[in-house]
Amino acid sequence: MKILVCISKSPDTTAKIAFTDNNTKFATDGVQWIINPYDEWYALVKAIEIKEKDPSAVIHLVTVGGADVEPVIRKALALGGDEAIRINADTPDSYYVACQIAETAKQGSYDLVLAGKETIDHNSASIGGMLAELLELPYVSLATKLELNGNTVLITREIEGGEESCEVNTPVVVSCQKGMAEARIPNMRGIMAARTKPLKVVEPVAADSFTGIVSFELPPAKAGVKLIPADNPAELVRVLHEEAKVI
Amino acid sequence: MSVLAFIDQSEGQVKKGAYEALSYAVKLASQLGTTAEAVVLGKLTDDIAALGKYGVKKIYHVADEQLNHLDAQVFADVIAQVARAAGAKIIVLSNNSDGKAIAPGLSVKLKAGLVSGAVALPDTGNGFTVKKSVFSGKAFAHVAIKTDIKIIALNPNSFSITEAGGGNAEVSAFAAAVNTPKVKVTAVNKVKGDVPLGEAEVVVSGGRGLKGPENWGMIEELAKLLGAATACSRPVADTHWRPHHEHVGQTGLAIAPNLYIAIGISGAIQHLAGVNRSKTIVVINKDPEAPFFKAADYGIVGDAFEVVPGIIEEVKKLKGVA
Ligand SMILES: Cc1cc2nc3c(=O)[nH]c(=O)nc-3n(C[C@H](O)[C@H](O)[C@H](O)COP(=O)(O)OP(=O)(O)OC[C@H]3O[C@@H](n4cnc5c(N)ncnc54)[C@H](O)[C@@H]3O)c2cc1C
Repeated sequence: MKILVCISKSPDTTAKIAFTDNNTKFATDGVQWIINPYDEWYALVKAIEIKEKDPSAVIHLVTVGGADVEPVIRKALALGGDEAIRINADTPDSYYVACQIAETAKQGSYDLVLAGKETIDHNSASIGGMLAELLELPYVSLATKLELNGNTVLITREIEGGEESCEVNTPVVVSCQKGMAEARIPNMRGIMAARTKPLKVVEPVAADSFTGIVSFELPPAKAGVKLIPADNPAELVRVLHEEAKVI
Repeated sequence: MSVLAFIDQSEGQVKKGAYEALSYAVKLASQLGTTAEAVVLGKLTDDIAALGKYGVKKIYHVADEQLNHLDAQVFADVIAQVARAAGAKIIVLSNNSDGKAIAPGLSVKLKAGLVSGAVALPDTGNGFTVKKSVFSGKAFAHVAIKTDIKIIALNPNSFSITEAGGGNAEVSAFAAAVNTPKVKVTAVNKVKGDVPLGEAEVVVSGGRGLKGPENWGMIEELAKLLGAATACSRPVADTHWRPHHEHVGQTGLAIAPNLYIAIGISGAIQHLAGVNRSKTIVVINKDPEAPFFKAADYGIVGDAFEVVPGIIEEVKKLKGVA
């Protein structure tokens, strides 16, 4: 079983969201970068769980980005995984990134390609699906459970108001979310081991980008809370019904 | 050149996101001076022609049974065939569970730029720019699509469903080449009678302040009275007081209901990220310094165990429930 896990960096969840250059760029000053939580907690930890059951499994991590993402990919290696590949390129849009990862995925002929369901900065939920199409593989998104039975992958995915179970044979691309695995913290041994694990840098292939960010905007500030005395629930129900008109 | 809306369904019924995508496509078509069409895959129990009342004139239907359940790869392929035959230049889907599965593959197939998580109609004055939610609801980005064909995946609860006063739509059977699905759906489990969280207009949510899973009775009762879905903060799901799918926030589900009632939730930045697109936020917390009050429209500083039963009584009066 050969597994490829797609890893993206994302700003820490407490990072201040602000923009520079006339609102065209995310203000990265002082921002801490983390492994995108969906990639780390669910995709990567799921791969590690598979390898714990089947030590012959091989886990490769792939990321697209400049040298500045190396601390993030090292942290991922500290959790687990045998080696990492960094594709040395900018990330203009999802399609360009998916084309880069597809190239790596083709060369490695993986049985299972795992991605997080989305990144917490772009929220595009696109890489897994684009990658699958570029590789001409089936795609199962929003997976909350995954089990292997030989070459068959048993997956539970979220749908509106419930879940759906499905079966698919490898190779397959899966996007992962909560439920898949329990978040872990890297231990000292893992951190030491990560320092010597191979981190290969490859140059990008030529690819298009289909979209581009023109500008950012912050939502308007709230007007301020209207407090209602605790002993007057009738007033709350009245304002929700008559003022806000939401009940 | 037309705008094509994808009508997704679950067990034969049109999903709420599909009505939103359809309403969006119709508005966009009129903005561009063109027509909106739609595509339905699989067997529907709902009346397809009746979708005409949302302003769509023609609906392509691929009735193949293999399309009753989702295989993203097969669906993207069939929608691409319809889009090509119809000469569609813009395809609109809901950014719901199906849309997230299908849109990226469709983008690759049609070499069409995709903006997922759209929250408004595009700006077509100069180029084609779509506003979408980014940083888990903490900001918006205006994204330009540079390709000839364009795909928009519309965030749930971001665009109102509007009837456009049309009669029945013409339903045209479309003979697509349908590949055998590689993904075999073996079971669909839906909580019957419950409002799906991602689609809900009202959400009642509980946090660690509720002390334990045994205290969720009042949350469920209030939700039921309001026709609401229930949600929770991350630690509540992590400690298995509530199921994972109720976890909202930056690392859970991002929601945008009309009304979000947060009970015993502190309002951590990661929680706010997933709920701050709610139109009206009510916070009930015994700590007046709880950060959530800064993001709220209405607030009650008080003990949930005293306040919520009082609210339940008042809602019962409003709804005329004994
Ligand atoms: C990387 C990362 C990602 C995260 N993602 C998410 C996410 O997606 N969603 C999320 O929710 N959290 C997330 N968190 C966790 C987040 O930081 C908070 O820890 C969490 O939201 C707190 O949950 P809570 O408000 O239920 O609990 P607490 O912070 O413990 O707050 C409980 C609140 O209840 C109030 N209270 C207590 N008793 C009563 C009473 N009797 N009546 C009324 N009020 C009462 C208290 O005053 C307090 O404000 C994330 C954290 C990290 C580090």
